[in-house]
Amino acid sequence: MATEARRVLMDPLIHNNPIALQVLGICSALAVTTNMQTSVVMSVAVVAVIALSNLSVSLLRNMIPTNIRIIVQLTIIASLVIVTDQILKAYVYEISKQLSVFVGLIITNCIIMGRAEAFAMQNPPLRSLIDGIGNGFGYAAILLVVGAAREVLGAGTFWGVPVLPLVSEGGWFTPNGLMSLSPGAFFVIGFLIWILRTFRPEQHEAE
Amino acid sequence: MRTARYILVFAAAVCLVCAVLVSGSAVALRDLQAANAEQERQRNVLFAAGLADPAEELSEADMAERFAAVRAVVVDLETGAELPEVNSASVDPLVEAGITDTSRAAPDNLARVRRVERRSVVYLVEAEGRLDALVLPVRGQGLWSVLYGYLALEADLNTVRGLTFYEHKETPGLGGEVDNPGWKALWPGRRVFGTAGEPIIEVARAAAGPVSEDPHRVDGLAGATMTSRGVTNLLRFWLAENGFGPLLERLRAEAAG
Repeated sequence: MATEARRVLMDPLIHNNPIALQVLGICSALAVTTNMQTSVVMSVAVVAVIALSNLSVSLLRNMIPTNIRIIVQLTIIASLVIVTDQILKAYVYEISKQLSVFVGLIITNCIIMGRAEAFAMQNPPLRSLIDGIGNGFGYAAILLVVGAAREVLGAGTFWGVPVLPLVSEGGWFTPNGLMSLSPGAFFVIGFLIWILRTFRPEQHEAE
Repeated sequence: MRTARYILVFAAAVCLVCAVLVSGSAVALRDLQAANAEQERQRNVLFAAGLADPAEELSEADMAERFAAVRAVVVDLETGAELPEVNSASVDPLVEAGITDTSRAAPDNLARVRRVERRSVVYLVEAEGRLDALVLPVRGQGLWSVLYGYLALEADLNTVRGLTFYEHKETPGLGGEVDNPGWKALWPGRRVFGTAGEPIIEVARAAAGPVSEDPHRVDGLAGATMTSRGVTNLLRFWLAENGFGPLLERLRAEAAG
């Protein structure tokens, strides 16, 4: 059982990563990864929502009538997202302003709906919770790598602290403006998928 | 197969639990959120007046210190007169604008402001006893939402010192670029009034020239025609007779004589 739980938790990190392998949740991954702070807050928000939605759906799985199961899952997810948004507005106002609509859009993040439907509906609560956390971490891992790359290359800072001396301040580093814009995230995610699939050839799609 | 009755009861129960969860959190966190929004509003007064930089972190002590140079004044919008006996902290113009007794219907206007409060709070920045800048609250319809912000004018009551919006729900990346520091930097130095004294400041459809060549226009926001137009309309509304026109006239007369 312990190894089973471990597999459920660790699998989505590299082996079956929701962004890099399943290519889900790309929209928010592009939008909120301009710097580390927003990436971290978004990651925490998604991990919380996916863990709790998996747990609640799993607890209710034997009671949910199959013909309205999708709308029930959505209602649960939407409520959790609204609560998360309220908490962010109350405690990290500045960052919640930067995240703007993308917190609300967690509702439409396919990873969450996908895990509720594909995993939590068939599995007991504890394992579903672990699966939610694992998938949340898988999403978070990519977000953090992309956020770090974009902030360092696009602004020469990490967590708001300058790490590469900018040309404009007498240093040698010219920030890459593309990295501050959403297309920059496409390149970084593309490179990540490339690297992952180079080391794990089994992730190649069949020709 | 479940019965229809079971499905309805189950759906109602899920809705009820979720509704309680959502409204409970909204009520419990309302005070904190309101305090954050209020602080954000005050910070924007300082940004508009050029007394603080959006990039710097301001503690509450910093805010209080910067605000020492700022005097909040309650004014009667129709006459432009100052109401010295009214404490500015006791007046919330946005609330008063929604109450029939403390507001009046605005004539049809492009900014789509329906009711105008009878009294408002403006901020005077004073240096050596003389007016240095005037910060006016402005609002008006953009594309999706009402934009709320502050316009700061220099002592000549014509030149823009700064413009910021502290609340709006425009599209991130398009209309939301009203928050872009690069765009906001285009405003200082522009002049809001034409030779006849009418507000002619405009967010252009495309690029505008530098301040010296094109003093009354600012670059439009790419992909955000409606938001750009909204900014033009709301500025023109609040600078004209139904907004702060009477106040500006009084201050101009005082400065002249």
